[in-house]
Amino acid sequence: MSQDNNTNTTNTTGHVWDNDLQELDNPLPRWWIWGFYITFVFTIVYWLFYPAWPIGDNYTKGVPGLNSITYTATQPNGEQVEKTTHWNMRSKFMVEMNELQEAQKKWFDKVAAMPFEDVQKDAELMQFVNSVGKTMFTDNCAPCHQQGAQGKIGFSPNLADDHWQYGGTYQNIEETIVAGRNGYMPPFKEVLQDEQITQLANYVLEMSGEPHDAEASKAGAALFRSETAACYYCHGENAQGKIQMGSANLTDKIWLWADIPGSKTDAAKLAEVKRVITGGLNRGVMPAWSGRLSPAQIKLLTVYVHDSLGGGK
Amino acid sequence: MKHDKIERNLGILAILTMLAISAGGMVEIVPLFFIKETVEKVEGVRPYTPLELRGRDIYIREGCYLCHSQMIRPFRDEALRYGHYSLAAESKYDHPFQWGSKRTGPDLARVGNKYSNEWQTQHLIAPRSLVPQSVMPNYPWLIKNALDYSDIQKRMLALRTTGVPYSNSQAEYERNVTEFGADVAKQLHIPDAEKNLIGQEQLNNYDGKADQVTEMDALVSYLQVLGTMVDFKKYADDEFVKYR
Repeated sequence: MSQDNNTNTTNTTGHVWDNDLQELDNPLPRWWIWGFYITFVFTIVYWLFYPAWPIGDNYTKGVPGLNSITYTATQPNGEQVEKTTHWNMRSKFMVEMNELQEAQKKWFDKVAAMPFEDVQKDAELMQFVNSVGKTMFTDNCAPCHQQGAQGKIGFSPNLADDHWQYGGTYQNIEETIVAGRNGYMPPFKEVLQDEQITQLANYVLEMSGEPHDAEASKAGAALFRSETAACYYCHGENAQGKIQMGSANLTDKIWLWADIPGSKTDAAKLAEVKRVITGGLNRGVMPAWSGRLSPAQIKLLTVYVHDSLGGGK
Repeated sequence: MKHDKIERNLGILAILTMLAISAGGMVEIVPLFFIKETVEKVEGVRPYTPLELRGRDIYIREGCYLCHSQMIRPFRDEALRYGHYSLAAESKYDHPFQWGSKRTGPDLARVGNKYSNEWQTQHLIAPRSLVPQSVMPNYPWLIKNALDYSDIQKRMLALRTTGVPYSNSQAEYERNVTEFGADVAKQLHIPDAEKNLIGQEQLNNYDGKADQVTEMDALVSYLQVLGTMVDFKKYADDEFVKYR
């Protein structure tokens, strides 16, 4: 190793390796030292602007008025109050939310003031509904009803078709979102014989135009309206369901709990319907969203489900 | 130069380094135990019931915290997606807290009551059956495994030593009645833990399997209580600003 590399060196650590390798021991560069001192000055300025030093059970909050934040707070009763605090993350968050509310207020107020039917007539407003509604749907509804609102057989109803178990008017949909739903059908395994359940299942298949045993179906039709099985209590005399209780329309080709489209053979279809009648249903729980979304958000989401997903009725 | 002495003497260097770090710790951590406003005054926060507690233990066992945080930060985007930002008070009975530091999956701090029990159960067995784009692993054994709650009292006693107000005597029970009300206080009574655990499962049957207390029951009961204890509608939207 050449001695040239060491010509500027005033100090070495005194260690020598391999006879000629030495470790330099120069002072730190001047710019670095000054940078280090400037950080001290920076902290002092920081203490003046931001919460910093703990003192007993409290802490310094910066020089009053030097770096304060003003925001608008909403009380539980809806009253709005303007407040000023020292700088902190939570008041900064309030400002962020104020700005958001300010930007969206025009549109949300418009939706809130309008009857449901009129929203879709305003094309510009519908752009807002579609954009906000899609985000809300993805986050809150899609986990069950799926991204395209197509639902899932055996789990959640399709929201994109014209069939509505609990009613498809704006008011029905809003009520469903606000309060949630609980699906229930009693099990019939204790009440009916296996043969009777087979007859009912054949009748249900016949009403939907599926392959069935005509004779069993005829007996099922009588049983359906008898006091023994009393299916008509919930599903109605005409078996078209009642939206007040969310009972299924058995005369259409839409299936939610019995997986008929997924059943390959006639026997499998019969078994699926029998499974539902035998065991009943204690499922189809939709949570209530009134605690999570504001009334204005729920109204907007209602319009989105009714008009944008193409499921209104 | 004077720092030569420090740099060339390993013992002194180690001691001074430790002193410097402790000073930082003292200034940054210790005051949080004394500053009154660290933990917000808020109604509704209670320790977990025995079943929820076992659910939390399974949450930890399965490593849920590796992909899911339980900490909604005070940012607009998080508030819009997850709800009100998390309060220190909401995890004051969590030992260890489950804030997490990684979000491969969504934050779970307010997932309670967002989806039905059936959804949670199905989603834990096979996440992609409900969320096709999910990368979450399947946890099918949770519904097959019977829940081992033989040591539930010991688990509650252990937490009691860290300051969680589970009651082990009549006096402690009465203190809990005053603080949480009778319904909650009953759930926090250690001698009744097994009875309460089975009772909560039978009442709610989270996993839809009526005949057995499974690990799924415990985990879903825990998920369904996350973030639901505080009713934020009772407070102004800036109520918790004053604590910072």
